[in-house]
Amino acid sequence: MQRIIYFLNRNKELILFLSLFLFCFYLNISYNQYNNSKLINSSNSFFSFFFETKRNISKYFDLEYQNKILVDENSKLKEKLFNNNFERIDSLNQKKYDVKSASVIKNSFNKQFNFLTINVGYSEKIKIDNGVISSDGVIGIVDKVTEKYSRVISILNKKFLLNAKHKKTNFFGIISWNGKDPQKVQLKDIPKRAEIAIGDSIVTGGNSLIFPKGILVGTVESYKLDFSENYIEIEVLLSTDLRNLDSVYIINSNNFDEIISLYE
Amino acid sequence: MNKIISNILFTVFLIFFQAMFLNHVNFLNFINPYLYIFFIIYFPLKTNRSIFILIAFFTGLIIDFFSDTHGMHAAACLSIAYFRTYFLKIFFGMAYKHQVVKFKHLEFKQNFFYLITMIFTHHVILFSLEVFSLNHLNIIFKKTICSLIFSFILIIIFFEFFIKKSK
Repeated sequence: MQRIIYFLNRNKELILFLSLFLFCFYLNISYNQYNNSKLINSSNSFFSFFFETKRNISKYFDLEYQNKILVDENSKLKEKLFNNNFERIDSLNQKKYDVKSASVIKNSFNKQFNFLTINVGYSEKIKIDNGVISSDGVIGIVDKVTEKYSRVISILNKKFLLNAKHKKTNFFGIISWNGKDPQKVQLKDIPKRAEIAIGDSIVTGGNSLIFPKGILVGTVESYKLDFSENYIEIEVLLSTDLRNLDSVYIINSNNFDEIISLYE
Repeated sequence: MNKIISNILFTVFLIFFQAMFLNHVNFLNFINPYLYIFFIIYFPLKTNRSIFILIAFFTGLIIDFFSDTHGMHAAACLSIAYFRTYFLKIFFGMAYKHQVVKFKHLEFKQNFFYLITMIFTHHVILFSLEVFSLNHLNIIFKKTICSLIFSFILIIIFFEFFIKKSK
């Protein structure tokens, strides 16, 4: 017994080190395998407070550029309105989607699993699995919600999967990211017979319950046959620059719960 | 006593500086300097080793919370805190055994190798856990080397200003 105590006492640093290291390793694996990272994240009010404060200071330096983006977007929407190019909103029918605006207070794109934090939470009726887009295209999906903040899985996250289609031919595929370049994502499982040209648009497909049909994701940069030689793998150049984000829109699909209940 | 308080304040400053600014540098899209390990590298030598390991662990954990990484920084900090004794033995030999090493009297050459080894160990563990796949060894290598250069420059500047100056 004494020997055991002596042994433990002599190696207490090693034991401390190994146990803490295994704990960190467990945290890492539990995220990598099961996608559960409820324990460590920055969307709780304590840590978000600092990022919010920082944004409140730094936002003034960027006002002109952000204004320009908003004006550009307004002009695009005006153009659509004058050309009468979208569905009329019928007061009898329920709205399919609600759109809210928010600001990004924390952003990352240099890791393998990237997240954003936005400054709205369940007090503004944000829910898990809401879609997030910018004026240029898809950004991510809400993953965790607190009272005032939410965390968004970025499209630049290896866990992120999105149903998308080639706009011209309507062939569906799945978008994912290989972790290398923050401006490019990969679209897989497009059948070999699809005729694809460089520069074609890739948009969200209607199969996704989260995003409405036809939101721009990016354009085709290059394509090749995958290893099975039956499908095409496309490198998609993102239309949004995720390195420089401020205003985003959150899309809530009103039919989401109803459709989900069909599958249960 | 004054010294301890000023050290704690300096550490808090380093953590915030890291979380608020250095984590968002993203030079060439992937290079971030990691300055906060400065305080683990030059932590007072006479501290109890277990306490030192625990402090390093919790510092890493705070950085993890700020940057949404899952225990990677904690693991990396923990490791360099644990291995520091061995590195000191390798690089300073007898002087360390007789407890006469003082960081402010370090020569540049000795300091250089000690620093590079510590930063390299930290970055290798950090990026291996982040990428977490043997198929992407080239990414780990690229990130480690590029970040190492920037971390090293920043840490050596801080060393000259805060430790050498306080003679």
